[in-house]
Amino acid sequence: MSNKSLKKASLNMKQYGMMIMLIVVYVFFAILTEGKNMTPVNTNNLIMQNGYVVILAVGMLLCVLTGNVDLGVGSVVASCGAVAGTLIIDFGVSAPVAMLAALAVGAIFGCFVGFFVAKLDIPPFIVTLATMLMGRGLCYLILQSQTKGPLPTEYTWIGTGFLPTWKIMEENAAINAGKGIDLICLIVAAIAVAALILNEVKAVATAKKHDLPVAPIWQLIAKNGVIGFIICYFFYKLACYNGIPVVLILMVALVAIYHFITTKTVAGRQIYAMGGNAKAARLSGINTKKVFFWVYANMGFLAAVAGIVLSARNSSATPKAGDGFEMDAIASCYIGGAATSGGIGTIIGAVVGAFIMGILNNGMSLAGYDTNAQKIVKGMVLLGAVTLDLVSKRKKK
Amino acid sequence: MSEYILEMNQITKEFSGVKALDDVNLKVKRGEIMAICGENGAGKSTLMNVLSGVYPYGEYTGDIVYNGEICRFRNIKDSEAKGIVIIHQELALSPYLSVAENVFLGNERATKGVIDWTETRAEAQKLLSRVGLEGENVNVPVNTLGVGKQQLIEIAKALGKKCELLILDEPTAALNDRESAQLLELMLQLKQEGITCIIISHKLNEISYVADSITIIRDGHTIETLEKGKDDFSEERIIKGMVGRELTNRYPKREGIQIGDTIFELRNWNVYHPDDSERHALKNINLQVKAGEVVGLAGLMGAGRTELAMSVFGRSWGQKISGEVLINGKSVNLASVQNAIDNHLAYVSEDRKTYGLVLIDSVKFNMTLSALKGFFSKKGVVDENLESVRAEEYRKKINVKTNSVEQAVGSLSGGNQQKVVLAKWMLTEPDVLILDEPTRGIDVGAKYEIYCVINELAKAGKAVIVISSEMPEIIGTCDRTYVINEGEIAGELSGSDITQEAIMACIMAHNRKEEVEA
Repeated sequence: MSNKSLKKASLNMKQYGMMIMLIVVYVFFAILTEGKNMTPVNTNNLIMQNGYVVILAVGMLLCVLTGNVDLGVGSVVASCGAVAGTLIIDFGVSAPVAMLAALAVGAIFGCFVGFFVAKLDIPPFIVTLATMLMGRGLCYLILQSQTKGPLPTEYTWIGTGFLPTWKIMEENAAINAGKGIDLICLIVAAIAVAALILNEVKAVATAKKHDLPVAPIWQLIAKNGVIGFIICYFFYKLACYNGIPVVLILMVALVAIYHFITTKTVAGRQIYAMGGNAKAARLSGINTKKVFFWVYANMGFLAAVAGIVLSARNSSATPKAGDGFEMDAIASCYIGGAATSGGIGTIIGAVVGAFIMGILNNGMSLAGYDTNAQKIVKGMVLLGAVTLDLVSKRKKK
Repeated sequence: MSEYILEMNQITKEFSGVKALDDVNLKVKRGEIMAICGENGAGKSTLMNVLSGVYPYGEYTGDIVYNGEICRFRNIKDSEAKGIVIIHQELALSPYLSVAENVFLGNERATKGVIDWTETRAEAQKLLSRVGLEGENVNVPVNTLGVGKQQLIEIAKALGKKCELLILDEPTAALNDRESAQLLELMLQLKQEGITCIIISHKLNEISYVADSITIIRDGHTIETLEKGKDDFSEERIIKGMVGRELTNRYPKREGIQIGDTIFELRNWNVYHPDDSERHALKNINLQVKAGEVVGLAGLMGAGRTELAMSVFGRSWGQKISGEVLINGKSVNLASVQNAIDNHLAYVSEDRKTYGLVLIDSVKFNMTLSALKGFFSKKGVVDENLESVRAEEYRKKINVKTNSVEQAVGSLSGGNQQKVVLAKWMLTEPDVLILDEPTRGIDVGAKYEIYCVINELAKAGKAVIVISSEMPEIIGTCDRTYVINEGEIAGELSGSDITQEAIMACIMAHNRKEEVEA
């Protein structure tokens, strides 16, 4: 292959920089904790502990793309959990109805912010600072400053449950200490890898058909090889434990939907255009007020989803729930390569950012550092990641 | 002392291997006004940045000899200490600070860090009167003044720094004709006071008026220096130096003009100012444009042409809008930009960087943005392959100079950015296009290409409206023109009747009529 075309189509390694950092952090803690963070049970914990942060980061990325943030999500998470918990414990409402009520509360919060931001042109920072205070207060009022629990299993299933398993090789004590391996996990992993390969082959075929540049084959194999390996590794660990957590399904579904929206739809394109230059977007026919409204309404809805997952996992609703979650979600977006000025960032990046923080937290806990030290490290990682990103961009110019 | 206040010898400056300046030599005589001319990207601004210390000593090679001594500036402060002050195209005023504070920004009248406000105000007042702003209130925030006055305040600020050599980068780009004339007179006055001036400008008529010598830069080289009285100072001569060949015709010839039916019409269009519901900004505008016709909207800056276009285009400007828009003979409601696009109207805005493009995104992203809903998506899902194919097609069709359609638009030159904006609106398949200052701030070669695109559009049976403050452009491109003044149509000219004199006569007659009525 000639040098020129290789340069033209080569994969942009920067795009995968955070992915590589994720692996490095994981391996680092594997060494530091002597493999404790690689156990099946801890792999499962990683998912369950970070599910809600990932869900929030997905919604937050859209806000960040517009060049803003939502400071109120932590409080909305708590309020939605409080509503569901109170309805179930005090009013005996069934779990599905309580969940719907919580989602409605989140959506109302979102529309409330959207209304002020889009219709009245109030800066999102101010509006969401207000909902942060209001939401927290509301949550304490609803719960009368007490913790409500325990919640029934129909409710907690979404945060702690697993899909049905089909354990094999349980009689073989040499494998997984006789606990067996879940075949369903392995099947899902196989399907995921097959889909990954098929998707890449299809993309290359269409690119070739339209005479567009294609990255060299070894790069494509390396990229998909690494991703495929991570999927297999990960599902094998889950297979050795209780199988696929319900949260994982929810998370993957949301990430897939929002990845699709941001990369493939007109709506997604409009968010990027507006974040990049709102005036130009408006004169290009984009209803920027509408985009703004839906971005914040959506954030409220996703905060409610996170609120349900969190209260389900804790099996209770507490007034302190979700404290500081907004900062975790915002940090995830920036670590994942989003720009503070708006218009730049990806869903996958935000998810990777969330997991980098999750693995850090988890790894440091396992290694015996206390939560205060964790905060210092998290702050440094955020600052380091963004500094590295901006400085390298400036050098390129 | 030598005849020259400044000599720049063999200046070479590289940006990651690309030579922006290559062995440039520049000699400026004491007390003269020197103009530097060149196409966009020729290296004019880079040269001035080297001179003023924006690129410190060590980042370039060559010598700067100022007042007979070799200077090695590490930053702007160093060059200002020597009396070299640069005023950039984008004004460096802090909008909410007062006039007096801005005049002494970075040069505060203070002892040990404590500002002497009495002296600040008194000195500011004196400096302002030197630039022709006698009696201006120095205590008002600077953003309450117009761009013309702000530009003068910048000069007052420079004078406050005991400036000997004043560099002005495109000082009249944002000014109207009257303000521009005032600024040029001020330059001549400063010359009398012994201040040496370097001016960078695209407006060649201003340069031939004000300059004593003209240095032409092309592709990072100094090509020649023309002296007043010795050499030919005509615009044609300067352009020849800038592009390296004779551009005998700056406007491409239009062939096969076929004018059809009226496809765009405005009837009794009235608009009030968005901030002041009493101010009747556009009064009873009636106009028609036929298929295949290029129609100009001539007028001075602030006449209301951009406002007219924006008020029609999705009601993006003004309030209490009344009147009727007819496209292809049908009355249409253009309440939003999307409505306008759906009714095949396109508006290519002035100021492409602010209103036209998303600079951080790719050529492709920008080209398809307006047509995304109508042409590049099904049920809200974008057809990315079609996007790539069509963007590539337009890149070739109108000759956008870029490595690929994936390149960020912000990294392109002004002319190529303008082509991307044009492509963006051509992709919406409009019948009527309004082009607002389509060639502002782009070089002569790119201008020619833009005019070719305009001709192509007209040939394809579109109705094209060109808004331009450059009268030669209206004369060179349009079949017919409306003259707009003070929010009203002051006259209509067509064919060979369109001349600079006739346009000005319309404006003058209209002004007189206004005065009589008032």
